[in-house]
Amino acid sequence: MNAKQFVGIAVTVCLATATVSAQAGSKEEKMLDAKAAAIIKSDFRDKGIAKADRVNQDELQAACSKYLDDVPVDLKIKLEDEQAKHIKWPADGNLMGDWKAGEKLAQSGRGMTWSDKAEDPAGGNCYNCHQLSSKEIAYGTIGPSLLNYGKKHGTPEKAQRRAYGRIYNAKAYAACANMPRFGHMGILSEAQIKDLVALLVDPESPVNK
Amino acid sequence: MNISNVKKVILVLSLTASYAAVAADAAISDSDRIEQYREMISDGNPADFDEMRGEELWKKPGGPKNVSLEKCNLGKGPGVVKGAYAELPRYFKDTKKVQDLESRLLTCMTTLQGIPEADITAKPFASEKKASDISSLATYVVGQSKGIKMAVSLKHPKEKEAYEIGKRIFNYRAGPYDFACSTCHATSDVRIRMQDLPNFHVQKDAQAAFTSWPAYRVSQGLTRSFQWRLNDCFRQQRFPEPKFASEVTVDLTMFLAVSANGAEYAGPGLKR
Ligand code: HEC
Ligand code: HEC
Repeated sequence: MNAKQFVGIAVTVCLATATVSAQAGSKEEKMLDAKAAAIIKSDFRDKGIAKADRVNQDELQAACSKYLDDVPVDLKIKLEDEQAKHIKWPADGNLMGDWKAGEKLAQSGRGMTWSDKAEDPAGGNCYNCHQLSSKEIAYGTIGPSLLNYGKKHGTPEKAQRRAYGRIYNAKAYAACANMPRFGHMGILSEAQIKDLVALLVDPESPVNK
Repeated sequence: MNISNVKKVILVLSLTASYAAVAADAAISDSDRIEQYREMISDGNPADFDEMRGEELWKKPGGPKNVSLEKCNLGKGPGVVKGAYAELPRYFKDTKKVQDLESRLLTCMTTLQGIPEADITAKPFASEKKASDISSLATYVVGQSKGIKMAVSLKHPKEKEAYEIGKRIFNYRAGPYDFACSTCHATSDVRIRMQDLPNFHVQKDAQAAFTSWPAYRVSQGLTRSFQWRLNDCFRQQRFPEPKFASEVTVDLTMFLAVSANGAEYAGPGLKR
């Protein structure tokens, strides 16, 4: 066996072990999964708007947790299709709002924590994770840079559709993406998502300047 | 802490306001800025006040039973504080549970001193208005492990189990934003706005993060415990509130502490 083959085998073995532990196959692993689930159920309590039932997972959250965000491809496709089915596209077909309102939303990091009030509108948190306007230097890097988004994604119609779909539900395109499902989970309204689409696609927006 | 250190601490406190202004328009990252503060106060940290307060609370008779905590067993025998934090969380025979520092202090305060548990857990964290006894005690205890290598054990089956469950909690996605700890802490070299995020799957990151808590937070003017750190991350995760010193918090702490093994404990720390 030459060095290359050896590395090949070693990699295969490693992958196999990784899969086994991620799939939670053994009896012991199942017991640990059950115990973890029971502890999570019992050890959280309501605080402000964050009620204890928030720890209950939907199908997608459960699958991403179980497979450490690396779900088998057939399940991934199934989950993405299911998410895509529920995207609500604007009835009037217009995807563009006001980029200035979008920029304000993108800057705001508030929303949905137990220190937020029910009546306080949620922000987009976009700058927490993305570079958007070239003028804002305090941006996070969990998500890709969205600088020049409008220029990068073909015709305005194509770019608008791409942006709207992903902001509404990023998981319809990548099942375990680290981005929240802003439309699907009711965090942002249709009008707010349109404002963010404008921020990303409008040629006058600082994202494209 | 000597007088010159106290002066330095006061200097830092008075700089807190201008710090916020700097944060607004500077391009330097928070870690750089904290480094500047560290140099400025070199050998004094406002957490020292809390450490002293905690030491007094530890030694002074208190609670309905009017006894001190000097017989409290933090794992290395009754009354042994030196090096205790470097081996926590651990399994305790008397409670038959794995406990972190704060849940163990809770046990000692309720059993030795007779303080009702609810009196402690109702407001376990300090606020501007009121210090927290359990947080001050924790700050005192951790200070007695400064420079000692973290050596958290997984020998007892319950310790191993706590670690395994903690790992699962770390990866548990839920809530309106689908976040888990791993959303923010499982990738290297990423940040939220200008705040660098440790990747707990990388030993060096886990060590730096874990061994610098509890910490004095310049932006809040308060010393914060590790339970507080987890509590605030669950808030950012858009989760409901974890019960103070509950198993979910202890098991998660076990997972993080083991990831930090081998590094010298360096707290109480100083944070933005
Ligand atoms: C917690 C992190 C996070 C937040 C908050 C976040 N995103 Fe994202 N975003 C991501 C990640 C990660 C991706 C990459 C998804 C993937 O895995 O494909 C992404 C992808 C995107 C994309 C797709 C890029 C493409 O290739 O077309 C768009 C558009 C986008 N984000 C816009 C936004 C907007 C607008 C907001 C605010 C409302 C926002 N994001 C908030 C993390 C985030
Ligand atoms: C939405 C993002 C987010 C999530 C989810 C999150 N954290 Fe954090 N975490 C942060 C940020 C931002 C900081 C930097 C702290 C600061 O300066 O406020 C941080 C800091 C920390 C620190 C201290 C690091 C240091 O060096 O001081 C620890 C420990 C930590 N997080 C653990 C966790 C754990 C455990 C979870 C899951 C319960 C978690 N975090 C979930 C954003 C998050």
